[in-house]
Amino acid sequence: MVAQDAHAHAAPQGFIRKYVFSLDHKVIGVQYYFLALVAVFVGMALSLLMRVHMIWPTAVLPIFGEIKPETYLQLLTMHGTIMVFFVLTTAPQSGFGNYFLPIQIGAPDMAFPVLNMLSFWTTFVAFIVMLSAFFAVGGAPLHGWTGYAPLSALTNSGPGEQLGADLWITSIAIFCIASLMGALNFITTILDLRAKGMTMMRMPLTCWAWFITAILGLLAFGVLLSAGILLLLDRNVGTSFYVPLVVVNGQVMAHKGGSPLLWQHLFWFFGHPEVYIAILPGMGVASQILSTFSRKPIFGYKAMVYAIMAIGILGFVVWGHHMFMSGMSPYSAFAFSIMTMAIGVPSAIKTFNWLGTLYKGKIRFQSPMLYAIGFVSLFVSGGLSGPFLAQPVLDIPLHDTAFVVGHFHLIMGVAAIFGMFAGTAYWFPKMFGRMMNESLGRIHFVMTLIGTYCIFMPMHYLGMAGQPRRYSQFTEVAYLHKLMPLNTFITYAAIVTIAAQFIFVINLFWSMFKGPKASDNPWEATTLEWTTATPPPHDNFGGHTPVVYHGPYEYSVPGAPKDYIMQTDPAGVTAH
Amino acid sequence: MSALHWKFMATFSPTIPVKIPEAGHGRGGEQPPIIGGGGDSGRSDGSPNYGQRLRRARLGLAVALAPIFMFFISIVSAYIMRQGLLTVDDRSSTGYIRDWIPVQLPLALLLVNSALLAASSITAEMARRQVTRQAALAPLRSIPGVSLGAERSFPWLAVTVTLGTGFLIGQWMAWQELANRGFYVATSASSSFVYLLTAAHGIHLAGGVIVLLYAAIVSLLNKPVEARRIVVDVTAWYWHFMFALWIGIFAFLWFMK
Repeated sequence: MVAQDAHAHAAPQGFIRKYVFSLDHKVIGVQYYFLALVAVFVGMALSLLMRVHMIWPTAVLPIFGEIKPETYLQLLTMHGTIMVFFVLTTAPQSGFGNYFLPIQIGAPDMAFPVLNMLSFWTTFVAFIVMLSAFFAVGGAPLHGWTGYAPLSALTNSGPGEQLGADLWITSIAIFCIASLMGALNFITTILDLRAKGMTMMRMPLTCWAWFITAILGLLAFGVLLSAGILLLLDRNVGTSFYVPLVVVNGQVMAHKGGSPLLWQHLFWFFGHPEVYIAILPGMGVASQILSTFSRKPIFGYKAMVYAIMAIGILGFVVWGHHMFMSGMSPYSAFAFSIMTMAIGVPSAIKTFNWLGTLYKGKIRFQSPMLYAIGFVSLFVSGGLSGPFLAQPVLDIPLHDTAFVVGHFHLIMGVAAIFGMFAGTAYWFPKMFGRMMNESLGRIHFVMTLIGTYCIFMPMHYLGMAGQPRRYSQFTEVAYLHKLMPLNTFITYAAIVTIAAQFIFVINLFWSMFKGPKASDNPWEATTLEWTTATPPPHDNFGGHTPVVYHGPYEYSVPGAPKDYIMQTDPAGVTAH
Repeated sequence: MSALHWKFMATFSPTIPVKIPEAGHGRGGEQPPIIGGGGDSGRSDGSPNYGQRLRRARLGLAVALAPIFMFFISIVSAYIMRQGLLTVDDRSSTGYIRDWIPVQLPLALLLVNSALLAASSITAEMARRQVTRQAALAPLRSIPGVSLGAERSFPWLAVTVTLGTGFLIGQWMAWQELANRGFYVATSASSSFVYLLTAAHGIHLAGGVIVLLYAAIVSLLNKPVEARRIVVDVTAWYWHFMFALWIGIFAFLWFMK
């Protein structure tokens, strides 16, 4: 019982305390992961409906019926919102971060376990409230995941803009509070609970990514919360923060004097850091895996750390590049444009260092490595169209086209998702004590990588050819006729790619129960989670606290007995 | 592996810091708590890592103040933006006008409220110091034959809660006064912001009141002082922040109207 006494809280006994309202960061991490897994399938189903509607606009679907234009906008809104908040923000940071951050820094749990449990259950409530918008009178809102006012600020601006929109805003406000609690916990844990010898510059890059992501969340979600409160007041109390003098259906609204631009500023002040909240943890995981499976130290550890910091800082001063279309001052557009292109520098440093890590490495092409390489590939492909859109002269014609859809899905959507796949494949043995099936992993990787490129690469061409985004129906538009075969191709690619995701899920659940038993350190990695038992005990290290003697990526050290040195190995190297 | 290869590798691999193993660089050398960690677990078992728990709770509070600050900064930014905004004149429908109406704040009442909050900030500090002293002396009491003299137990917590509640009631009266002067929430953009800023601050302060009320009840129940020391300490710092924030909001609303 030493182990239990040594822990911040004793191991719980009953089912409810152990698996439902658990204080254990590992259980909470898994809870977040499965919440995101449910959410991603909801979001994916919505995207499938949209793709089907785009090429067969009048088709009557089984169960769902015909998709009307407003239904399309509702699908669009809910797809974006669920994916951004409940998948991209939830799994990489809260899911993997919760599970592995304390273990990787040698702590028995997060700094505030009760707060941690509260953040998960608050997120859960937010998800339920979000889903309930589907069942509200008028249905889900149709103002897009960005919720632009005045469409979102008026209750009579369309179906779904009544109760559905209120539920949508409420859900996001609850989510903000949950994320703030989570970020608070992450930052305190990293600053205060590192084991002896675990200096900041000995932390794995995953921890650095979670740390900077938590800081971004801490500063961004408070602003989204205030923006949401203003929106609720406009909708329900009659204030005019966002609503100018406006006529709806020939009727002059009581509002006047508000600024729709204000919503855009507040929203994107959150919204752009949110992009990095989604992608930074994936960068951390990719760095970890590329180093481990190349059997080489990460190329330029310090440069990687400073690049993450630079991306975090720059991420807060570029929000205006989402608003070039809004009629803002060309001078501020110029400033935002320059800052946005400056983000290319730390991003390029990271990409260069990933390639430098791979160069001449003894690469082990196992599925975590494949996903991590897929992440780098998608990050580069999606990232390269960023500097195009960062320039107002190019953004203005491209902004409302499928080009932007292709861009952000590649970099923020699928790259981040590949980070999650990589994290799942890499950490699954530690989380569930069994190995995932390698063949299924490879089949899934190949199908998903090719599939996503088939879906999102053609969208760039569609955009340049002038296909607008957010439009529910354009089969009747003459100049878009020639583009329909490409749209049809994308839809088929989407169907195949979505089908491939079931391979992943089958692999996940089958391996959880039937996979071969995993050893404590199947990948021969160096960080602390691989020093403890599989799966880790309740207090992570079985009653003792680890002491750290090495950096996180000491692979192929000349003179070392093995090709890796654990962070906790006191002997280190004998020669050299 | 050949020496030549290593030489080549060296140009592409970062220098690996192979040092004589040592632990305890810098700030990271803190041992995680052995007993009674997990700052908010609400347990008080007189753990030896008490100081660490206090420091962690203070760190948590410092981190938590950042989003609160951002929340208010974003509303203040919106205020400044809206104040300078030209809006469409609905009477002429050709030109733009500036429709910002300065709110007539009930200055005297707000000054009284500020004084109440200032006093409560001082009493919160006294409560914090009192509970720190009690916690420091607690181990001595168990020694037979040691007397610490008469207990100085002025109810600072209760006074703080009373003053804080007084401030909230005063703010409510200020709202009524605003309504009497014709400024409702949706009257104009300026009045919306006044209500929003004061309400948001009031809700944050009410959170502090509830926590201190909990601490005061715990102290009435003669629980050991460890049970409330961290709560009182952290809430006192939070309270000082709320006081400074109120002065900032008040000055902003007054000078930027």
